[in-house]
Amino acid sequence: MKTTLKIAWRNIWRTPLRSLIVIGSIVLGIWAGIFVVAFCYGLNKQRTTSSIESAISHIQIHHPEFRQNFEGKFVLEEPKALKETLENEEGVKAYAFRSLLFGMINSPIKSNGVQIIGVHKDEEKKVTNLHSKITAGTYFETKRKNAILIGEALAEKLKVRLRSKVVLTFQDQENNIISGAFRVCGIFKTQYTKYDENHVFIQNKDLHRLLKTESYHQAALLSHSLEDVDETTHSLESKLKNYDVKDWKRISPELAYADEVMETWLFLIMIIIMLALIFGIINTMLMAVFERRKELGMLMAIGMNKSKVFMLILTETLLLSLVGAPSGMLLGALTIKITSQTGIDLSVVGDGLQSVGLGNIIYPVIDPWFYAFISILVFVFTLISAIYPSKKALKLKPTEAIRTL
Amino acid sequence: MEIIKTKNLSKLYKNNELEVLAVDGVSLSIRQGEFTAIVGPSGSGKTTLLNMIGGLDAISDGSVEIAGTNINSMNENELIDFRLKNIGFVFQAYNLIPVLTAKENVEFIMLLQGISPEERKKRSEELLTQVGLEDKFNVRPNQLSGGQQQRVAVARALASRPRFILADEPTANLDSQSTSKLLDIMAEMNKKENITFLFSTHDQRVIDKARRIVTIEDGKIISDEVR
Repeated sequence: MKTTLKIAWRNIWRTPLRSLIVIGSIVLGIWAGIFVVAFCYGLNKQRTTSSIESAISHIQIHHPEFRQNFEGKFVLEEPKALKETLENEEGVKAYAFRSLLFGMINSPIKSNGVQIIGVHKDEEKKVTNLHSKITAGTYFETKRKNAILIGEALAEKLKVRLRSKVVLTFQDQENNIISGAFRVCGIFKTQYTKYDENHVFIQNKDLHRLLKTESYHQAALLSHSLEDVDETTHSLESKLKNYDVKDWKRISPELAYADEVMETWLFLIMIIIMLALIFGIINTMLMAVFERRKELGMLMAIGMNKSKVFMLILTETLLLSLVGAPSGMLLGALTIKITSQTGIDLSVVGDGLQSVGLGNIIYPVIDPWFYAFISILVFVFTLISAIYPSKKALKLKPTEAIRTL
Repeated sequence: MEIIKTKNLSKLYKNNELEVLAVDGVSLSIRQGEFTAIVGPSGSGKTTLLNMIGGLDAISDGSVEIAGTNINSMNENELIDFRLKNIGFVFQAYNLIPVLTAKENVEFIMLLQGISPEERKKRSEELLTQVGLEDKFNVRPNQLSGGQQQRVAVARALASRPRFILADEPTANLDSQSTSKLLDIMAEMNKKENITFLFSTHDQRVIDKARRIVTIEDGKIISDEVR
């Protein structure tokens, strides 16, 4: 094996330029593949994180029937007992109780359908990052009643500014129409323009005063990390049988689905890259076999059996990949390490990104397992690409070595 | 002792409708220690005869026995193994492995035979010294002259301790001085170690050195002269 390795290694460098071109294409292909994967994962992760941090949180608890029609009458029962359970649950880092209603927001010029979210300002601060998204005014830092936070996109649509007056109209639990005048105390801007256009935040105490009842529709929970969510959800599900406990994947299945779709696409991208590389490798090895047909014939003439000839060609092919693949992976890892800190500024297409809930700067990210996956992929595809040139080599006649030259 | 024995050996090449009888019913017997040259003009069938004796070309008719073993019925893998253990080859164009040094080239065939590294090292150095290349152990073929490369090829052919050596036009690419040196080495090995050599050649210098000359024309033996 040592001699086969030695011969294979030296054979590669008999035509250094050709070998370097193939190795270079392997390096570039793998680097590009890793980078595209990391970029897409970063994109998706950012979208998921942004949705979790700015709105949906990790876990939500509702009345079992609330999510069917989002009717205001399905409120959380025994909120005090629920709070106590959440306080004692180890997996829960923070929670916020919210009131949710659908209604209209009216300015003197225009009106718009919105979801009205009643929050406790301090509780909400611990669960979402809404407070950090304020671009004008403050996050409920006012002593006045009926303060409202609206999104930048909605403010533009309604032609309202900070301290403008707007009227919210909605139904109470008995379907009575309730209206209340609110003053804009803050304007926020998340990464998702559509969200900003369709959601307004008021304080629970103002909403409860208008509704003349103190009730909540949702408890939004933050777990210690994304990895803990499943365990915490299971634990709460077993303790809160009379409630509807759902994690972010079930609350917003499109986010989880995007993850799955992305994985499939990325797998396909890597396969396409590897197929392109295979053809490069096959071409190079076929040329090598063709150029050395007399030498290979001679080897068989003097007694090198077919399996050893096959192993020689296979080893040469593997060595080409083994030089290229780690270099490509290293280059990919370095690129990701740098760009995951600096980010990739895509502000030129910022509007488009924001309409789908993404920021202007993307931070590529990759799971370490992906490198193992790439290694296996490269190994398997190299083996496949070695088969055809090796078979060609085995078809050579030893007599060629004697007849010609 | 008969090392090579062919009986009515024939080779028919078919190319579309054209049939060429390259070797036509050759019966030949070579004994241990012979130094034989098969001579004849180009296209007379020398190389084809050697190829069949060496198990490199399929036989159309007749038989080849090497040290009593009929090789006709062997499959390709069996023939490769048989060649490795029984036959040494020296080619016209040397055909050394260009990425290996002279010593590694000689060792390579012993490696295929599964001989230990120590034994390989010892024998390859001995053989290269015997062919006068004691100062070229670690030199690659492209840094050697044609004559030196052919001497490495002879050392390689001997390394596997074959029953005989088949040499197809071994001097065709060599100048007079190199030819003379190579022939002296082979003749000495034949004399001292009783190694059997079978050449195909039309080089008068080889013919002059041979002790038995088999002349072949149109695939048939027309004379067999022992000196």
